Amino acid sequence: MSPVVDAAEVRRRTRELLAEHPPAATARADFLAARFDAGLAWVHYPVGLGGLDAPRSLQQVVDAELAEAHAPDNDPRRIGIGLGMAAPTLLDFGADEQKRRFLRPLWLGEEVWCQLFSEPGAGSDLAALATRAVRGEDGDWIVDGQKVWTSSAHVARWAILIARTDPDLPKHRGITYFVCDMTDPGVEVRPLRQITGEAEFNEVFLTGVRIPDSRRLGPVGEGWKVARTTLMNERVSIGGSSRPREGGMIGPVSRTWRERPELRTHDTHQRLLTLWVEAEVARLTGERLRQQLAVGQPGPEGSGLKLAFARLNQEISGLEVELLGDEGLLYGDWSMRRPELVDFTGRDAGYRYLRSKGNSIEGGTSEVLLNIVAERVLGLPVEPRSDKDVAWKDLNR
Amino acid sequence: MTAPARPTATPDLLYSQDEEDLRSAVRALLADRADAPTVIAATESATPYDPRLWEALAADIGAAGLLVPERFGGQGASHREAAVVLEELGRSVAPAPYLTSSVVATETLLELGREDGPAVALLGDLASGRRTAVLAVPFGTGPAGAAGATTSLEGAVRGVGEAAAADVLLVPTDRGLYAVEASDPAVTVEPLVPLDLTRPLADLALAGAAGTLLAGPDASAAAVRRGLLAGAGLLASEQLGLAEWCLTETVRHTRERHQFNRPLGSFQALKHRMAQLWLEVVSARAAARNAADSLAADRPDAPLAVAVAQAYCSGVAVHAAEECVQLHGGIGMTWEHPAHLYLKRAKAASIAYGTAGSHREAVAALTELPAP
Repeated sequence: MSPVVDAAEVRRRTRELLAEHPPAATARADFLAARFDAGLAWVHYPVGLGGLDAPRSLQQVVDAELAEAHAPDNDPRRIGIGLGMAAPTLLDFGADEQKRRFLRPLWLGEEVWCQLFSEPGAGSDLAALATRAVRGEDGDWIVDGQKVWTSSAHVARWAILIARTDPDLPKHRGITYFVCDMTDPGVEVRPLRQITGEAEFNEVFLTGVRIPDSRRLGPVGEGWKVARTTLMNERVSIGGSSRPREGGMIGPVSRTWRERPELRTHDTHQRLLTLWVEAEVARLTGERLRQQLAVGQPGPEGSGLKLAFARLNQEISGLEVELLGDEGLLYGDWSMRRPELVDFTGRDAGYRYLRSKGNSIEGGTSEVLLNIVAERVLGLPVEPRSDKDVAWKDLNR
Repeated sequence: MTAPARPTATPDLLYSQDEEDLRSAVRALLADRADAPTVIAATESATPYDPRLWEALAADIGAAGLLVPERFGGQGASHREAAVVLEELGRSVAPAPYLTSSVVATETLLELGREDGPAVALLGDLASGRRTAVLAVPFGTGPAGAAGATTSLEGAVRGVGEAAAADVLLVPTDRGLYAVEASDPAVTVEPLVPLDLTRPLADLALAGAAGTLLAGPDASAAAVRRGLLAGAGLLASEQLGLAEWCLTETVRHTRERHQFNRPLGSFQALKHRMAQLWLEVVSARAAARNAADSLAADRPDAPLAVAVAQAYCSGVAVHAAEECVQLHGGIGMTWEHPAHLYLKRAKAASIAYGTAGSHREAVAALTELPAP
């Protein structure tokens, strides 16, 4: 019988890993591989897939031990979509063979993932998507369509993809979920330049892309259910990160206020203080959510936090541009670049102001999130729906 | 996957099982003795207070002594538990001198009553609920605004919250803090017509009253500041409870009421407003718990936690009450519906112990974000 995996056991195993593979004397890739194989990558995952079947809260024990030993990490921001969205979906819906094939290189960062969900004609109404997957006589799927807002598509090896497999069913029921090979010759990735001048995202054109049936996740026609797991994890990963006081967008403007007394006015002072208080309260709300999760009482606050941070980021960065006065008339650099990491608080105030406009759109618009709060948290009646029992092909699109 | 190390001073923002049990007891009592028609009727009587409610809350449940150590006759609990009591009092807007006597006056005496003395004797009375006391300063005085109100036990103090219910007045003077019996013939308590009928106000006139000097000027000033800090911090929990009632009732009403052949609550324009309120209530809870826990642990940043909570929760309570009236439509404008009690309480509470603006000024000072 294997020993009970509690905090002491997790700590013991972490120290054993550190003893056998001292970070200072071990190549980063080797250390990460050893960590994965020791089940210390994500302890709540199954044994053999980087985990120990242990409670999720014990990951903190591993992370604290590794941080103290200055062990390398897997650069989670670079592979955020894989870690935050693809992995939980593979875990819940993948066949054993799929989990074995994909999870290890995903966690190690050897294979970057992207997400092929949104389309030009399917944004908030994602389930109306039009990308078609048709099954050929050999059993493979042939995919045609266009996806958009795909971060990391230009560096990704794999994509999670949802496509329509039955246009005769109502929209939620005719969707199937796939793992798409981004090196397929039918995949074309074009940068999508955005209002900051940069192209964090891409458009992805799919033309006759061949996907073997073994890369389908979940049953045919159940893709919407699978996608909901992905999307739930997306909101958690956007709204749930820990922050010190002044750790977010309020930090730069507070520093500017302290360092540049010549910029201060009474009006901006009042607005700064109001936003400072709101930012601090949002930080505390996030902290409270984390404490609830740690004791196994997850609350619905996650969707609310994303709403709060979107509005605050926009208002705070807007104030900052104004506070800067003549300097606020300038912009750092409009040149078209393809940053590998999304950075909400990096660069100059003008960039922060423009980039934060996306915060209330990406990962569910604030309007849709308010609907979700109203219906799922407050139990208010749903809007009358005219698309529920209509075949997708008959919808007004 | 590396999580940042958790600072040791991270506040506990949740509720313990004991706190939830206390909440249940207080809520059951208030449901029993202070439903909306009872409260509305009480506000139109000579005194809105229900002595049996106070006895049950203060003595039977022991809420009056939560902040007071057991050796002084209290429960030896903390601001965290008192905050839960205030959430429930905010939810019911029942008139009860809890915030003024069991929090502000009690906290002021606790700061003075580290050892034996008159303050300690009075603490035992307050903790048992046998007597109540108020700090004789205008109800709008915040932690930063406390100063000697009178030069001696002569003079007037305007707009003191719940003075009419108090047995003892704690009067700050230039010579220190005095305890004065409200029944002293030299004391006049003149009731005012308050915006919030559930929390009466009165002017005090002192004409050479006899008092017991509890402490000298420096110790008194610190104690008054401390009392008002606790009052402001825990008022946030009352505002949270009030806002939560307003949201819950508004959701209930808009789910039930039909217009245009649909429940009102199915219209997106209204749903978004209620969802926004929910977000504010959730945020207010984090801010209020942070203030209560910081006061309970006597953390150095308690003044900032209180200022943040008051600057935020005041507005949330007012917003929730205003939305409650508006989304109830015509019925929300009537005397018979309790929404107006919540609006009046919320608006008055946004001035009590300092306005949101004055607390933002405190934030400015505490975070080195100075005015131009």
